Amino acid sequence: MTPLRVSVIGAVASILLILVVLELVRGRRLKERYALLWLATGIVLLVLSVWRGGLNTIAGWLGVTSYPPAVLFGVATLFILLVLLHYSTVISKLTDENVDLAQRIALLEERVSREPPPAD
Amino acid sequence: MSRRLVAVVPAWNEAGAIAGVVDEIRSAVPEADVVVVDDASTDDTGAVAESRGAVVLRLPFNVGIGGAVQTGFRYALGEGYELAVRLDGDGQHDAAEIPKILAPIEAREADLVIGSRFVDGSGTYEPPPARRVGIRVFARLVSILGRQRVTDTTSGFIALDRAGIELFASQYPHDYPEVEATLVALRSGLRLAQVQVAMRERAAGTSSITFVRSLYYIVKVTLALLVASLRRYPRLEEARR
Repeated sequence: MTPLRVSVIGAVASILLILVVLELVRGRRLKERYALLWLATGIVLLVLSVWRGGLNTIAGWLGVTSYPPAVLFGVATLFILLVLLHYSTVISKLTDENVDLAQRIALLEERVSREPPPAD
Repeated sequence: MSRRLVAVVPAWNEAGAIAGVVDEIRSAVPEADVVVVDDASTDDTGAVAESRGAVVLRLPFNVGIGGAVQTGFRYALGEGYELAVRLDGDGQHDAAEIPKILAPIEAREADLVIGSRFVDGSGTYEPPPARRVGIRVFARLVSILGRQRVTDTTSGFIALDRAGIELFASQYPHDYPEVEATLVALRSGLRLAQVQVAMRERAAGTSSITFVRSLYYIVKVTLALLVASLRRYPRLEEARR
């Protein structure tokens, strides 16, 4: 059985994560779009921390018999990997868009330099 | 014969070589417009090229050789050029050979011509052993994946017709682009021809390929080739005919 202290600390940490993410969204420092995966992480970890019987059952399914809280670490790691992978795709997209913009600027500047200066 | 020709020259900190490159192109193919893509040089590359009569496209920050070359192809597409050649800004490609690599396109036998250093045995280019192996391996890999024998996939000396300009303006890899671009062209149905060219020593500056970067080069290009061979590319024959 999961020690009570582990469950409490897990729950508190999950609630903290959720609150920090919500505060960042509220202050417009984090877009909802990128907050969703973090919120999902916090909620799943909170549920697994509080729902002690459930954690034990899932640990049983996974063959983790000696120390059920290990499942908490496993799930947290999985979600962090998901978030990182998601960010890598976001960075790739931004890179492509960035290069496209740079190319457009180069093309537009050349075109503007060909135009005669406006008469005033 | 009045198809308009543009010479695309990517350059990054090539102030020492760019004037000679532009002059050579203008004397070899006087009918060509020369476009130098200045990839955010910190020296006078852009100003020098402009003083020699080249159109200069100035990128606001360094985007890498592929992104720079693509800028030139986008210019060619937007300005309606029918033919494009691409050569390096460091002077290693001999502009006098431009008519030679354009010939298969003007005869309408090819959409993309690679100025290859290894078509026949007549080339004098002797790369260092490690690079020679790399060039051969990539040529073999592209030949297998593209189902056509390619002798030199790392050459930066190429000629394109309108179909080729359209393809490369819309998709061109951003770093170490030549190998992958060759495969993309083959898989998109471009007709490829290869013409023997000479390679000169660099007129000035240093090669962008250092030993440390070669490993990244090999891994990146190999991955790009494998991924490219898993992607679907719309065939261009229908559009052309």
